[in-house]
Amino acid sequence: MRIGVEINGRPYEGEVEPRTLLSDFIRHDAGLTGTKVGCEQGVCGACTVQLDGEAVRSCLMLAVQANGRSLRTVEGLAPDGELHPLQRAFHEAHALQCGFCTPGFLMSIEAFLREHPDAGEEQLREALAGNLCRCTGYLGIVEAVERAAREMRG
Amino acid sequence: MKPAPFDYRAAASVDETLPLLGLDSAVLAGGQSLVPLLNLRLARPELVVDINGVTELDYVREDDGALRIGAMTRQVALERSELVSERWPLLHKAVELVGHPQIRARGTVGGSVVHADPAAELPVALTALGARFHLRSADGARALGAAEWFKGALYTAREPQELLVEIELPAESADARSGFAEHARTHGDFATAGAAAVRFRDGGAALVLLGAGDVPARAEAAERALAGGAAPREAAALAARDVAGDHRRALCAELARRAIEEATA
Repeated sequence: MRIGVEINGRPYEGEVEPRTLLSDFIRHDAGLTGTKVGCEQGVCGACTVQLDGEAVRSCLMLAVQANGRSLRTVEGLAPDGELHPLQRAFHEAHALQCGFCTPGFLMSIEAFLREHPDAGEEQLREALAGNLCRCTGYLGIVEAVERAAREMRG
Repeated sequence: MKPAPFDYRAAASVDETLPLLGLDSAVLAGGQSLVPLLNLRLARPELVVDINGVTELDYVREDDGALRIGAMTRQVALERSELVSERWPLLHKAVELVGHPQIRARGTVGGSVVHADPAAELPVALTALGARFHLRSADGARALGAAEWFKGALYTAREPQELLVEIELPAESADARSGFAEHARTHGDFATAGAAAVRFRDGGAALVLLGAGDVPARAEAAERALAGGAAPREAAALAARDVAGDHRRALCAELARRAIEEATA
């Protein structure tokens, strides 16, 4: 099936089988390998992208379902090479080690902060619960998100 | 990891969907339960019928006092509905506990009801509120209450050629006081146990346990006791009396007590 998807403001086209997962389309067809693929059953959150502004698991959607839709991936956070406040805060607060889970965390929490700019620590921890990190632990991640949220509030 | 090959049809209406349904087809709504099953090849349908384009099933509205929820309504839409948080707050409390925001952005109310996971929150809340489940097929339509609908773990009364189109909550369930409590190891994980309690305006009570069995279990003896004026702790102990396993029984009793107290406050 022929599909066309807008990713980070650019059109991408591809020929996919119905069973092709959106996560595989993003990585293999669009070549945007910032999005990671972990468990492929909706648990780890590594493949999280934004579909029309909402954070979703790209391993739980078929690529054909994104036909004609608009996606944002981690590459879209820093389009001109300048880091997004969240990315900078992750760097500064040591919120990553291997970095595999980071794109998923960033896309989840960026969507959350747009809706809840004033979220407190408890709410942030709940919002982060859908993404797993297996090396850093979560203290640095929570701190980074709080730091970025403060900066984004201005 | 790849699902086994399947044919794919995207339907744009209920009428277009119904002739496609049968033993070898699977309905794809939000996909938050079906797609993992496809990826793990635990489900191998020949045909996947995508109903994401069936916008006629995406609504939450009050109709003559009753609440009508289209089966394709996303969980996030239920969560954001002011009508629901003001008039049916139990549903709001329950849906906030479903998975994570990324799951609720795609997951649907109908999908949760059809998947019928014993650890799912929405079936428990809907059962406590007296929901009726409306089905359509090429041959006709029917509606079932929770007791007939939930048959077992991941098993409902839906026939392969039927489509769940609507969940209806009766007018009597509006403006009831309610409570929902659950225990999960981390926020958003599947709950080990939980309870939903409702005190209706007419003095009646509903109490449904999560995780006490394969289906949302109404604790009828405890409901009668509550309507008769029993204390929360007493009714909760009665509800959990027959739950198997010491740990689970203690959890159910404690969570039922919290839910009842929230509904009584």
